[in-house]
Amino acid sequence: MIWLDTLLQGLLLGGLYALFAAGLSLVFGIMRLVNLAHGDLIVLGAYVILGIGTAFGLNPFVAALIALPLMFLLGWVLQTVLLNRVLGDDILPPLLVTFGLSVVIQNALLEGFSADSRKLPVGPIEAESFSIGSVSIGVMPLVTFGSAILVILCLNWIFYRTALGRAFRATSDDAVTAQLMGIRPKRVFALATGIALVVATIAALYLGARANFDPSIGPARLLYAFEAVIIGGLGSLWGTLIGGLVIGVAQAFGAALNPEWQILAGHIAFVLILLVRPRGLFPRAYD
Amino acid sequence: MSALLEISELTAHYGDFQALFGVDLVLGQGQTLAIIGANGAGKTTLMRAITGIAQVTAGTVTLDGKRIDPLTAPDILRAGISMVPEGRKLFPSLSVEENLMIGAHARKGSGFWNLARVCELFPVLAERRHQPSTSLSGGQQQMVSIGRALMSNPSVLLCDELSLGLAPVIIREIYAAFPTIRESGTAIIVVEQDIGQALQVADTVHCMMEGRITLSGRPGDLSREAIHDAYFGITHS
Ligand SMILES: Nc1ncnc2c1ncn2[C@@H]1O[C@H](COP(=O)(O)OP(=O)(O)OP(=O)(O)O)[C@@H](O)[C@H]1O
Ligand SMILES: [Mg+2]
Repeated sequence: MIWLDTLLQGLLLGGLYALFAAGLSLVFGIMRLVNLAHGDLIVLGAYVILGIGTAFGLNPFVAALIALPLMFLLGWVLQTVLLNRVLGDDILPPLLVTFGLSVVIQNALLEGFSADSRKLPVGPIEAESFSIGSVSIGVMPLVTFGSAILVILCLNWIFYRTALGRAFRATSDDAVTAQLMGIRPKRVFALATGIALVVATIAALYLGARANFDPSIGPARLLYAFEAVIIGGLGSLWGTLIGGLVIGVAQAFGAALNPEWQILAGHIAFVLILLVRPRGLFPRAYD
Repeated sequence: MSALLEISELTAHYGDFQALFGVDLVLGQGQTLAIIGANGAGKTTLMRAITGIAQVTAGTVTLDGKRIDPLTAPDILRAGISMVPEGRKLFPSLSVEENLMIGAHARKGSGFWNLARVCELFPVLAERRHQPSTSLSGGQQQMVSIGRALMSNPSVLLCDELSLGLAPVIIREIYAAFPTIRESGTAIIVVEQDIGQALQVADTVHCMMEGRITLSGRPGDLSREAIHDAYFGITHS
């Protein structure tokens, strides 16, 4: 029964990792850009929620609602003024620029908020849980998990059922021919990064509600997100969800064996899956 | 006949390599114009220069009296020029219907062409709307590419080597759509290596060689020999 409990806690944790990863997956799927600042943008999102919550005395859930459009705008601006300029056939410039951005965000947060650990005060919901049989389920982890599913459903709906999603896929297939259809790839990319930062902000809410955060924790979140995307297969959003769950479950079992093995177990799962399926679990057919 | 599309002294480069040397062309309202020429003559480059995806280094392109050469490719499409690119270039991750729909991405308002009209033009596409575009035969893919280009209701349709790699019977089937396209008010430029096909559909024929137009005229006025010579670059002096 302890194993069932571990599995469940792992799946719930995996939901959070899937949220970390979804925005990264979306951006990579559309413009082949690996955003090395993604983890730091999530942490930035957490501070934005914290800042709005503190300034107006709002619950973090309400503050997040205000943060979402702001972060969308930030993503749009970031893509328009910075990332669109470095995207091209060479993949190195965007890697360098997003790496630099990661450093800039970390230092800016350090200046603005100091290195102290913070937490989003979500209130009594944090401690609430219920039990089914012998397993106990926390309400917050369950809400996080549900949000992850909802986010992936929404992104898939955008991607496969809307004109914007059609433009996303066409641009990703062939940006030159997409221009012959009247599509402006740079605008499409700006919208995609805006959406990615909306998802990052949702991830930030649950990250900050679950545990302490400080300006330096971004790169580790990026790593989990990156592993989830690769495990799932590049360009597949459902794959990214599964990838997040795999890492969450691996970490939970690692921790159950020995608390020091939690992080390591996630990385080992990542390597094992890549050995068996080098292109991930659900690779896209056309690349 | 008023000029719809006017190209003058058009020059294009790929880096240092000059691919077009001062090309002049005039396309009238409702007209069909054919460009023929051997491999590497610069036909595709000319199409890409008109649509804004190859860099124009000198000269002008005017549509309906407005210069379009300074515009970007998406804006040239909005101005009314649509292309069936060489090699069809369908979007592999889009279904047949989505490939057609994306052709209407920038469209505002209504026009003759829509999904139903395209499916009427090529009935086989209606049956396969929901299939992946990669599952179609070459001829059917070409039909999707034409349909996709029509979905924006262009005033000028550019077709780059429709017959490439297709069987003669399929080529005839595709060219059978031309009268309907012309009746919809769209002027057409076809690029062909198949000279016979070009002479059949076109009001005027232009032969290209090494980035220049070397011969122009009405199909009836040009002798087989003159075309042959222009095509292969033989000069009689
Ligand atoms: N992307 C490119 N970079 C450099 N040179 C190019 C490029 N595309 C075409 N060229 C050169 O430009 C010239 C014209 O090519 P273009 O493709 O326009 O010819 P074409 O008449 O369409 O030939 P085909 O009948 O084979 O399609 C050729 O010499 C070709 O090598
Ligand atoms: Mg060509």
